[in-house]
Amino acid sequence: MKLRQSAWWALGLVIFALFPVVVTNPFYTTIGIFTVIYMGCATSWNMFSGYSGYVSLGTAIFYGCGAYTMALVSIHGHIPGGAEQFWVVPLGGLVAMAIAVPLGAVALRVRRHTFVVITIAFFFVFQLAAINANFTGGPAGLSLELIPWQGDAYNTPFYYVALAILVFSVVLSALVRRSRFGLQLLAIRDDEDRALGLGVKVKAVKLTGYTMSAFVVGMAGALYAMFLGQIYPQFVFDPVFDVTIALMAFLGGFGTLLGPLVGGLILESSQQWLTANYSNGSLYLILFGALFLIVVLFMPQGIVVKVKEVWSKRTSTGSDATQAPLATLGSESL
Amino acid sequence: MSALLEAKGISRAFGGLRALNGCSLHVERGSITGLIGPNGSGKTTLFNVITGYVKPEAGTVSFDGKDITGARPNAVFALGVGRTFQLTRIFSRISVVENMLVATQREESWLRGLTRSKSSKTELDAAMEWLDFVGLARLASLPAGSLSYGQRKLLELAYVLVADPDVILLDEPAGGVNLTLINEIGEKIRTLNKSGKTFLIVEHNMEFVMNLCDTVTVMHQGCDLVSGRPEEVRNNPLVLDAYLGGGDDEVVEELSHG
Repeated sequence: MKLRQSAWWALGLVIFALFPVVVTNPFYTTIGIFTVIYMGCATSWNMFSGYSGYVSLGTAIFYGCGAYTMALVSIHGHIPGGAEQFWVVPLGGLVAMAIAVPLGAVALRVRRHTFVVITIAFFFVFQLAAINANFTGGPAGLSLELIPWQGDAYNTPFYYVALAILVFSVVLSALVRRSRFGLQLLAIRDDEDRALGLGVKVKAVKLTGYTMSAFVVGMAGALYAMFLGQIYPQFVFDPVFDVTIALMAFLGGFGTLLGPLVGGLILESSQQWLTANYSNGSLYLILFGALFLIVVLFMPQGIVVKVKEVWSKRTSTGSDATQAPLATLGSESL
Repeated sequence: MSALLEAKGISRAFGGLRALNGCSLHVERGSITGLIGPNGSGKTTLFNVITGYVKPEAGTVSFDGKDITGARPNAVFALGVGRTFQLTRIFSRISVVENMLVATQREESWLRGLTRSKSSKTELDAAMEWLDFVGLARLASLPAGSLSYGQRKLLELAYVLVADPDVILLDEPAGGVNLTLINEIGEKIRTLNKSGKTFLIVEHNMEFVMNLCDTVTVMHQGCDLVSGRPEEVRNNPLVLDAYLGGGDDEVVEELSHG
């Protein structure tokens, strides 16, 4: 059972690793890069918000900070456009973490809706600051030096770095789920005060989760800035980013390991494809809205949990009497 | 006799309501102490003050000679004061055994939690042992939310016990459960008490309290009214008055006919 599961994960990784080998058209590899970046961000968002129940809608802060770190360090550090810039990617993650500590220390004092609202407020503070500050280049943004890579191969290094971030994010999320720390996050989601009364240091645990999640998103933002070579404050601090990440996790399965991957794969690839193929750039927003309704109404726990439910019903028709009720959120394997 | 847990002159108001007004409580080591009183007399608030959920405006709480007034709930628990809630609180979306594991690390640093797995062999064994003690071992892998109300009460008791606290505060352990289970819970408490655990129990079921407790403290309007052996308390006119004043006729009948 355990072995079969690992085999599926390995198969998935191989498929993703072979993608740019099989598909060389830059139109599709660009879609691939964005899809993998978003899958990583959704997984890392879910590692905190999905496990702890603290739904953050200010994750774009870390994406933007990562992007600006890449741009500013590349420009002021006179790093020539090219592979050397990849070293700035982890730095983007660290800067995002450093920013997450004070933000989390304030925002995590409140719960539920108040927390959501505070994270949104923080987000707009950062967006406005980026638009108005001098060192960020204001509304005109920042341009990075051109990377002199030619033709179809331009995308390939970006794809593999994005994939490395994704794998890191999934492994981290899986390790957290298996650790005592992860169990404490789940306990906080179910009943924070009770957890506190059982010796869980909820403040430290929440802040740690929040900060860890910022690291991955910061790296993703840095990679994004390097890939596009040009950043604008309204695109790296984008409220749609926050909503999309959360929607991916909810669609796939909030609080599960596989859920944000499935949600990210479906949503980001279809969004990129729709935007590229239809001149009306916001068609995807209408479709996403409809999809969101369907998910909320018919499978509020997400695709992954729903499929697992249907599957286990079908494979155990012989002995439904002994069928144990499915542990839904945070169940062991998925 | 030494007091394991002691509250002195505790006061606390919520808005205009004086929930506690100079209340004192004395729990001896190795005893089963009952805490009774009409609804709204401040029993649960006193529990919340002792366990750190509510900060008192005046008064001190000490445990085993240490001042724990105003300490946070996790710190109080780490010292060895465990509690259950009146409205049973379990972690409903994780499994029964995972519920147990949340409580196993009384004094562990949070950093340690990052690097270690969910449970060690000894912790898992201890968790299963206590689940077995309350009769829930066969349900260990089910999501805790699928348990019945009575089973949840038992689970809450079990995961408080797994951390091996010295004193256990039970808020209405017999509330809303059937007679067989009430007797069963009473038996468990007695067994644990014999092995050295101290109990402080809030309960409205007079028969349960009178049979089980060594000492009973009666609260009334945020103060401790009387303390003593069950039979003394039962015949104290002040106690009857308190309940009559509260209009709790059934209890008065139980008390006076006992």
